[in-house]
This record gives sequence, C-alpha cells and structure tokens, in this order.
Amino acid sequence: MTDADKEMIENITIIANRMRKKALKMALEAGKNGAHLGGGLSCIEILATLYGGIAKLDPQNPLWKGRDRILISKAHCVLAYYTALYERGFLKEEDLNNFEKNGSDMAGHPLRNLEKGIEYSGGSLGMALSVGVGMAIDAKQKKRNNKIFVLLGDGECEEGAIWEAMMSASHYKLNNLIGIIDRNHLQYDGTTEEVAGLDNFTERISSFGWDVQEVDGHNIKELWNILKNYDHKKPFMIIADTVKGKGISFMENNPKWHHSQLSLSQYEQAIKELDKENVEYAGNQ
Amino acid sequence: MQEINKKNIRIWSRLGQRGTICGVALPEIASKKENCYVITADLAQLSSLERFKTIYPSKFINIGISEQNMIGVAGGLALEGNCVFATTYATFLTMRCYEQIRHNLGYQKANVKLLGSSSGLAMGMSGNTHYSYEDIAIMRVIPNMIVLSPADATEAYRMVHMVSDYEEPVYIRLSGALNNEIVYEDSYLLEIGKAITLRQGQDAVVIATGSMVIETLKAAKLLEEKGISIKVINMHTIKPLDTEILESISETNLIITLEEHSIIGGLGSAVAEYFSSKKIKPRQIMLGLPDAFLKPAEYEYLKQQNGLYAENIAAIVEKNLEES
Repeated sequence: MTDADKEMIENITIIANRMRKKALKMALEAGKNGAHLGGGLSCIEILATLYGGIAKLDPQNPLWKGRDRILISKAHCVLAYYTALYERGFLKEEDLNNFEKNGSDMAGHPLRNLEKGIEYSGGSLGMALSVGVGMAIDAKQKKRNNKIFVLLGDGECEEGAIWEAMMSASHYKLNNLIGIIDRNHLQYDGTTEEVAGLDNFTERISSFGWDVQEVDGHNIKELWNILKNYDHKKPFMIIADTVKGKGISFMENNPKWHHSQLSLSQYEQAIKELDKENVEYAGNQ
Repeated sequence: MQEINKKNIRIWSRLGQRGTICGVALPEIASKKENCYVITADLAQLSSLERFKTIYPSKFINIGISEQNMIGVAGGLALEGNCVFATTYATFLTMRCYEQIRHNLGYQKANVKLLGSSSGLAMGMSGNTHYSYEDIAIMRVIPNMIVLSPADATEAYRMVHMVSDYEEPVYIRLSGALNNEIVYEDSYLLEIGKAITLRQGQDAVVIATGSMVIETLKAAKLLEEKGISIKVINMHTIKPLDTEILESISETNLIITLEEHSIIGGLGSAVAEYFSSKKIKPRQIMLGLPDAFLKPAEYEYLKQQNGLYAENIAAIVEKNLEES
C-alpha cells in the first residue's frame, strides 16, 4: 500500500466520521417525520469510500459523460447518501438543512437530479440493478470506461427483479458493473434469514456468474483496497458485512431503529459516543 | 420514413401493426438515429425483429423472459441519452412490470417507447392471460405517459416514426394481427394529440380507437343506408386527450365511445371524465369489453360475442337515437 493510499484511507475515515454526525443532526432536525437511521448508518463507510476517492466524479461538471454512475437501490439510506454527496461537493449545507422539509426536493428517498449528483430516483426496492445493467451495456457499446456502482440492501435482494438483473449482467459480461450489498442482516420485520430464508449470498450470487467478495463493510481500508485494485472479467458483487445502526450503541442491531424519531437527549448521547470513539481511534494511530 | 402511398399501405396492412413497426419502421429509425436501442423479452422472432437484429446487432437486446428487468434495462439505456423501444405482448409489457414503468418511465421520464402488441382480444385461443383490456386504463393514469392507439398499420408506422423524436415516454397500443384492415387509403394529416374526423354526420358521434375505427366506418355506411348520418372520430391519442374536438361536439345529442378494451378506465372513461364537469354535455354510451374474464375463443368470435362489430354498433346507434 502506497503512502497516497494511506492518506486517502485516513481522509475517508475523517469524512465518514463527519457524515455520521451530520446524519444524526439531519435525523434530529427531521423531528416527528423521523428518518431511516439503521440502514443509513450501516452504509456510511461504503458511501464515504465511493464518494471520498474511488468514484470518478466532477461536481463542477455533473453531466460529464465519463463520470462513474452511482445508483442507490436501497434508497432509504439517504442519511448516508446525502451526506456523502455533501462531502463530495454536490450538495450544499442548505440542501441538508432542507431534508424532509415540505416543498423541498430533499425527500426521504432521493429524486433524480444530475446537477446535484443524484443519478436515480429511489424508494421502490429492487429497481436499480436492472437500470445499472442498461447503463453498463451502453457504456460498453459507446466504449466509455466509466464504472456503474449499485448499492443494494440485503433485504432488498428478496425482490426477484434483482436476480433477473444479475442474470443479464453476467450474460452481457458487464465487468463495468459493481454491486455492493449492505449486508446488515436486518429488515423491517427481523433478520433476512428469519423473514425470508435469505442467506449464503456469496454462493447464490457466484452461481449467477458474478465474481463475489466479502468484506467488512465498516473497514475503510478493506473497502478501499478491493475497489481501488479492481480487475474483473465478470460483474463484481461486494458483500459488505455491516451493522445496522453502526456506531451508536442503542441503535446497533436494533430493528426499532430502521425508521425512527431521534430525541434531543438520544442525539446528544449518540454524538458523545462518536466523539469518544473518535478519540480512541486517534489514540490508536 | 417511406412515402405513404397505396402500395405501401397494402404491404403494411398485410404485415399488421406489429410487423410493420418492428420489421419496417424500427430499422429505418435506427438507420438515422445513432442513440437508439430495441429491447424485447424473448419475442424477437414473433415480433419480426430478426431483420433489425441482423442489421443492427449492437442496438438490439433480447433480455429473455424477464419483463421487469427489460423495463429496468430500457430505463438505464434511456437515462444515458438513448431512445429505447421496448416490445412484447401488451399484457405482459404493461402489467408484469407496471411499477418499473411507473418508476423509471413515468417518475423519471426515461425516454422509452413501449410497443404493446396483440392488445385487446387478438390472442384468441391463448386466453385471458394473453388478452389486455386494462392497458389503456393503467398506462394513462401514470403521469408523464403519452398513450397512443393507432387505427391501422399505416397509422402505427407513422406514429412510431413521429415519437422517435420525442423525449417523453410513450405507450403505443398495437391491435389486431396480420392483415390489419386499412382505414387510411392515402396520406393524411397526423398529429399526436389531435383526433381525426373521418366522416361528418349530424345525428350522433361515434368516437372510436384502435381496431374499432374500421368497424365504426362500416357501421356508418350501414346507417347511411337507413338515412342516419354519424360523425366518426378516430381518437388515436388517448393521452393527452384532444379536448378541443370534444368541446366541438359537446352539444351533440348522442355520443358513443368504442374500444377493444374494458369499459372501465379506457377511452370511454377518458371522454366521460372530460364531460363530467360540463354544464352542457351529450348523452354517452360506452361500448367496450365487460368487466369480466372471457371464455377463450377465436378473435373474431370474441369480438362478435362482445358486440364489437359494425352491425351491432349500427343497431345501438339506431336504438339510442329512437330513445332520445
């Protein structure tokens, strides 16, 4: 690993910490509307890594044809998504302040807006992988070397359309398509295993003709290395093992925090925990 | 686009609406449009897409039997700046992947043209799974969606050429099979959103769409022999509805709407919705398919059973004129 890599990883770690705090602030200010905290906090490191250095993007030229496409299929993760877009320079402070405000575009699920770096509207699960297949086919046809990243939820993979898309991706040899599953093991009504018998992701997806790799979805170094040293002949799926509500003790692995309101005292406790964690992290360096 | 002349009209009629669009129009569009794709769900041969596939292999995608995936992939191609034509049977195209259509085409305005073939009862003995009498209703309720229903193969040919320059999502409802009866013997003015008056008349107005236009013209001839003159309107665009022409007939004594589609939610409903708030409005008889799953039978037999033929249309006009 080069010094440049180390510096990037260090920087992304700082970005992720800022994102997590901003996400909590947005959830607090959403008040009674509540926010999807659990599945937002589980993919902070994934999106921080993509937006913090992996993806080729230009906020000054958001319509640039050669940009990497990032499609958010598990679109309820807006707390992570909007804060990542903010860190990358697509969204402004004002946009984040408009989160879940009446009349604003900053809804609980994103609305396609290329100027703001939002590639695809979301809210209905199981949609974006097929769209990614279409974009990947077009990139190949037009000989563009951009990549298409699709962030999926693990519970979302109960949608059959995802598997239709996986079949097409391998059939068309779309090695420019990279899926990342936020494998936090929880959905609304329980674990993915309890609710739908959904397990063995690696085996299942490999059998559809994809390269598959499991990583610790909160380990930025692992995420960086796997995405930076990308070299695949097949479409590539990353199973990112994560914790729903990551970073906040009372939210972690608690399905109650899938979508919830955050009180001021809970917010303050959460920030205190993150600050303590950050001090410990800095001490370990 | 080829010249609209008698020879071509006869050829296209023999090919039917689907055959004309997929076998003739789409290769022509691809020849002038760099950024376009045609996608189907295991219906290439049947849809006469083999020619397109041979000439433009890089613009052709057969996604397999996965309609939801087909619309998603079409959406992705469209969001990259391409004009995409997606085709399979109208029933599977509009219903299996309804939410994909709503989300990608309606909500995000993806430039996809849906070509739904064998709509209505054309699939005959295949039965209700293959009939589509709900497609107009469910497509027109999606915001941003344009809904077209050509009366013959020539109109279908011209429409697909016209919408290839549109950025909006469009649903084109293709009816009939091979040997599509000819409505237009010659070239005529066609504009999306502008209905066409095919025949003038004073006693009643029949507004028809798709396969029912030719039946209405035949009915008009039968009625003429009895001294009854009806105005015949081809409402080839269901959405946006031509409200100007509806306004012009608002003082008519009797209007009849006619479609090879359920009486719920189709052309008849769209017309009734328009008149519902008007102080002066005509009496409207809605003709179409009943709210029922039908016993599978041959196409012509089904149309007869459900009153979708000239003699019955004429009889209904006559009866209702007597009553009014």
